[in-house]
Amino acid sequence: MKTIVIGVIGADVHAVGNKIIEYTLKHAGYNVVNVGVLSSQEDFINAAIETNADMILVSSLYGHGEIDCRGMREKCIEAGIGDIILYVGGNIVVGKQDFKEVEQRFLKMGFNRVYPPGTPIEKALDDIAHDLGE
Amino acid sequence: MRYYLLIDFGSTYTKLTAVDKEKGDIIATASSFTTVATDITVGYRKALAKLYQKIGKEIEFDRKIACSSAAGGLKMAAIGLVEELTVEAAKRVCLGAGAKVDLVFSHYCTAKELRAIIDKKIDIVLLAGGTDGGNSDCVLHNAKVLGEIGVKIPVIYAGNKSCQDEIEEIFRKYQIDGYICENVMPRLNVLNPHSAKEKIKEIFLKRIILAKGIKKIETEIDKVVQPTPDAVLQASELLSKGYLDEPGLGEIVLLDIGGATTDVYSMSPPNTTKSNVIVKGLEEPFAKRTVEGDLGMRYSAMGILSVLSKEEQERINRTFGIDIAKECEYHHEHVEDLPKTEKEDEIEKILAGVCADKAMERHCGKMEEVYTPLGMMYYQTGKDLSEIKYIIGTGAVVINSADPGYILSKMTNHEFNRMELRPLHPEYLIDQDYILAAMGLLSQEDPLLALQIMKKRMRKI
Repeated sequence: MKTIVIGVIGADVHAVGNKIIEYTLKHAGYNVVNVGVLSSQEDFINAAIETNADMILVSSLYGHGEIDCRGMREKCIEAGIGDIILYVGGNIVVGKQDFKEVEQRFLKMGFNRVYPPGTPIEKALDDIAHDLGE
Repeated sequence: MRYYLLIDFGSTYTKLTAVDKEKGDIIATASSFTTVATDITVGYRKALAKLYQKIGKEIEFDRKIACSSAAGGLKMAAIGLVEELTVEAAKRVCLGAGAKVDLVFSHYCTAKELRAIIDKKIDIVLLAGGTDGGNSDCVLHNAKVLGEIGVKIPVIYAGNKSCQDEIEEIFRKYQIDGYICENVMPRLNVLNPHSAKEKIKEIFLKRIILAKGIKKIETEIDKVVQPTPDAVLQASELLSKGYLDEPGLGEIVLLDIGGATTDVYSMSPPNTTKSNVIVKGLEEPFAKRTVEGDLGMRYSAMGILSVLSKEEQERINRTFGIDIAKECEYHHEHVEDLPKTEKEDEIEKILAGVCADKAMERHCGKMEEVYTPLGMMYYQTGKDLSEIKYIIGTGAVVINSADPGYILSKMTNHEFNRMELRPLHPEYLIDQDYILAAMGLLSQEDPLLALQIMKKRMRKI
């Protein structure tokens, strides 16, 4: 069974979507490790190390995602899990920006997939299965 | 069963406590130097003679049981993967079993660093790492390195269950005295101490006390049943929770300042008492013990100096008109000396106050502010002790101090730092007869009696 670490990054307390993601991924047959709201990059990474996770799925709903996610890939590399698959989704930036540009910025930061606001988690399931080689 | 003899083989003193069940109380206590280096029975017999003298006659005890922290206590090394997770879990399990954690290792260990286990004469190694089904590469690596450097002492494996078979194979290949237990952290942030803790105690009783020459005493008494800190932990838990219809004291903190270490025990539910708080980190136990190896009144007196900043040293010097650096040195060099004058008693009090303050700072939970779009919120890591009802003081320096209230008050939030979750308005009790370890022993035979005696014997100040 593949393991996915999920959580809401930064000073963000939006808990509902987090629970929906946990529920959906569990039903899709994944071992879900939920670090919950108000989680730091280290919380995600430490959890991924101990649980030998295949993927980290970061949610950010309050517009500060770009600041909160910066340097995460580098930290993963530093922690010895540099190859882990990183997803990010939610309202990850402030204001109405062109999503294509936003996506490019996050891809450059080392995220494997970036999802725009309003994407239901079901839509990501195919990508997850594909990226995890299932 | 009427007469119980409860024995605590300490590093310095062998302490005896005689209990009469019919009276529902202690009838006498006595102590003598521990003689484990030569023959442990000598010191025991001396203390017993003193005890009989105090009682006025020799009595036949129905049950004689002992705990021990003699010959260095139980020295352990804890190995885990991530510092905040399995390393912390492994450390807590060792402390909860009554051990001292002399060495802590994380991630992939080198032969060079693990050799310290041999050099420092560690008694038992607790090897953890990975949640169940999680990381296994790291523990397997560390187990192999333990084998390669030729560790001869018992190694308890309490990591990822999925690689127990491979671990057993490594144990066999390198002829390690290995034991397999349940994972100390089976899921993220979930602490599962029981299985490993019981194994530590079992090995302590089967192997360690034999190796240290403590088991010899079992020709004269019934049994050595546990490490001393474990007995104190059990006594504290009983005193807090109560037994059957006899209520306990509720949430308590216990401070035990010794010559080499300062122990803090807290008995309280790990929940938060505040709103707008998100609890972070590894699950906290109801009964928590921490040990500070650098804070103690004699052997570790230099540690007291090094935890104080220059400014803090200066403030103490000005307030009390002493030279704290000199005093720490003196205490460190004269481990046998006991305070005789009023001034010396005052200095003991000041040093003990620093131990209490710093040990609590490390034991209690902390808050951290975080600004969110919903306003100010707080992270809480560790236990919230603000509603603790009693702080109990034990250990010679607290019991014999002219002003134990000063020492214990240093555990409260005296600096009004609201980010430290220290006790706010506790009352103070003193273990005046030094009986907590004995009552922990007694609690295994007769918990109600032990509880009643403790409630009677703790002196309010």
